[in-house]
Amino acid sequence: MDTRIDFYPTHQHGAYKLRPGRAFPFGTTLVPGGVNFSISSGHATACTLVLFEKGAPEPLVEIPFPDAFRIGNVWCMVIFDLDFERIEYGYRMDGPWDPAAGHRFDKTKILLDPYAKAIGGRTLWGKPPDWNDIYPQRARLVFEDFDWEDDRPLETPLADLVIYEMHTRSFTAHPSAGVKHPGTYAGIMAKIPYLKELGVNCVELMPIFEFDEFENSRPNPLSGEMMYNYWGYSTVGFFAPKAGFAATGPFGMEVDEFKNLVKELHRNGIEVMLDVVFNHTAEGNERGPTLSFRGIDNQTFYMLTPEGYYYNFSGCGNTLNCNSPVVRNMVLDCLRYWAAEYHIDGFRFDLASILGRAPNGAPLPNPPLLESLAFDPVLANCKLIAEAWDAGGLYQVGSFPAYGRWAEWNGKYRDDIRRFLKGDDGMVPVMAERIQGSPDLYGWNERGPTASINFITCHDGFTLYDLFAYNDKHNEANGEQNRDGGNDDHSWNCGVEGETDDAQINALRRRMIKNALAILLMSHGIPMILMGDELGRTQRGNNNTYCHDNELNWLDWTLRERNNELFNFTRQMIALRKAHPLLRAGEFFGRNGSPADIIWHGTQAWKADWSEDSRALAFMLRERDAGQGGNTTPVLYMAINSFWDALPFELPHLPIGYHWHLFANTSLPAPDDIQEPGQEVLLDENVRSFLVGGRALAILVGRPQSQT
Amino acid sequence: MTLSINVEMKDREAWITLDGELDAAVAGEFRQAIEQVAPQKPEKLVLFVSKLQFMASAGLRVLVFAKQQMGREVSIHVVGASGPVLNTLHMSGFDQSVYVQESYP
Repeated sequence: MDTRIDFYPTHQHGAYKLRPGRAFPFGTTLVPGGVNFSISSGHATACTLVLFEKGAPEPLVEIPFPDAFRIGNVWCMVIFDLDFERIEYGYRMDGPWDPAAGHRFDKTKILLDPYAKAIGGRTLWGKPPDWNDIYPQRARLVFEDFDWEDDRPLETPLADLVIYEMHTRSFTAHPSAGVKHPGTYAGIMAKIPYLKELGVNCVELMPIFEFDEFENSRPNPLSGEMMYNYWGYSTVGFFAPKAGFAATGPFGMEVDEFKNLVKELHRNGIEVMLDVVFNHTAEGNERGPTLSFRGIDNQTFYMLTPEGYYYNFSGCGNTLNCNSPVVRNMVLDCLRYWAAEYHIDGFRFDLASILGRAPNGAPLPNPPLLESLAFDPVLANCKLIAEAWDAGGLYQVGSFPAYGRWAEWNGKYRDDIRRFLKGDDGMVPVMAERIQGSPDLYGWNERGPTASINFITCHDGFTLYDLFAYNDKHNEANGEQNRDGGNDDHSWNCGVEGETDDAQINALRRRMIKNALAILLMSHGIPMILMGDELGRTQRGNNNTYCHDNELNWLDWTLRERNNELFNFTRQMIALRKAHPLLRAGEFFGRNGSPADIIWHGTQAWKADWSEDSRALAFMLRERDAGQGGNTTPVLYMAINSFWDALPFELPHLPIGYHWHLFANTSLPAPDDIQEPGQEVLLDENVRSFLVGGRALAILVGRPQSQT
Repeated sequence: MTLSINVEMKDREAWITLDGELDAAVAGEFRQAIEQVAPQKPEKLVLFVSKLQFMASAGLRVLVFAKQQMGREVSIHVVGASGPVLNTLHMSGFDQSVYVQESYP
């Protein structure tokens, strides 16, 4: 590092040489000869920097910020000659203890920097903490010199994404994963070939911001097994990757390991999206621990009732005050940091509707945070995806403030597809909306089908296998007498609750899984697949596995052998989507810029049956000019039968010179259930109708025969 | 446990042998060794690490520093890494930027 003549100590504290720091950026920054520390609090009266040798029980030194080092509400200081790799740091803040006014200062507590870029204390997953540690989760310094070579975020068009939602630990923690470092970022890296073979081009990682798996940890009353804050939807530090997810975490190298994972995924054409939790923190309500925000500036960071209690729109004890200008800036800084420093491609915001609430909790018509994120230059090409509801009753699917940028987890897609598949009445008209990207929800305000993240399953709720194996949730293992978890799964067990040896039922379940995957990947909008659904992963009917570090969450890789037909089916469906731009258009069919139409059919061609009793729907996707003037673009046709018995579907006429080919038929056993795109089976010239089995579907491709 | 460092120039190659544990406390010494050979403009930097039992991120940092100090055209060879040292190189992805080999030449 250069030695600069204009950067010298001006103050001294014991053996430590200091000078007034720079207010920006907040957090710690390595500067010539030293480290710049900067932290703000709107209501503290004094601030002390506390330094530890790594892992030491008592501080190495406490350095009060001299008065001259405060600018506005920001304390900033450079300390020279610090051995940044051996240091951990925290702060003490002095100020009023006046809960009714929202203030909870306590200078006996050592506080974590909200901008900490690395956090020690939970660096080895599941290692029981020292509960007497005076500063359990400690901020560390990070040197940002990772060699990215020519990598940058991939900027894959949103319409082309196939998202795979996964949990870092669950993906490879199972012994059958056969990786050197199970349950880590390095473990994911070892499985990149699997992701490539499947064909997904975006992984959405459940929370990887530092969290504490021991938050509310407790032994299971039934089994005695430890239950953790496993999923991690409870942030301790927004700028630090979860060290316990890194094989190198115990060496303090989680930053490098995670960056390396991003770089390798990018090298393989796979984007990285982070599931981010800005709606609440790990500090809980007034009975929770004081780790950071509560002790730094409680009134600013949290939404408080007029009496000074915590609003609980998150269902997790507190609510981060995201539309306070200070917190808003922190959220922006955080996302910019992950986009710029970690090359992250997009973010999915947990309970995002909270981000649109005013400090008093009321929903805002024009929430400044959401607007800032939508127009931020660093985030300009990042995907922004909202879970468009919160635990306080705000449900904004279709109406989330989008600013032309935001996409939404389409919860209605999930519910409607499930209800149609299990055979509910009156679902055909709404299926038509969902299949074409939900224009009823997104066909206004200049939004398009890419506003809709289509999913049938996600980490919340049943897996796809369980959706067709259980009528009811079975959450006894969570230790709350089966009270937790949702009750609106719209599932159907196909005749027997849970596992069965009945071959017919098992065949039906496999068919239902394939039906769901086929509809998902044929729908307009962005498909999202839950980790393991391509292998028939089960949670044994548990629809809320947030606390289990065991086989309820871990992906069992022996399923690859046992359920290879599901893997193959999923892989070919993804390949079909990639092969046909018709399935990935950014416009609704039949509108403005769309060169293609969707034409609805039923068991009779050109005549869809929209009635209450209807269980059959077919559609054809075609470019308007297909078959004319040299345009030989294939035509796609899908017939879905959710009736229990087989139904003949009359096939529509094709352009002259086109012929029908069978791509998928879920009523056939593997390997005849699906073909490779381009290798579809030519149908007889005289076929005028196609028999689709009960609770099955078929996908046909119409194209000139010369293409085979 | 301490670190012992042996530096020698072999024609246009800088050979550095490390023995012991390379943690933050001694990373500075390693860095000084790099700084010592850099002005001699070696074409290759060869690190013999078979007796190195542990390398913390501080050690990797020095490798990053070496790469920056010497420029992209200088190749860095890490020879004889095993156990935790090799793991650290793999997991941090640093094995993509240097040549990891069992023996040299």
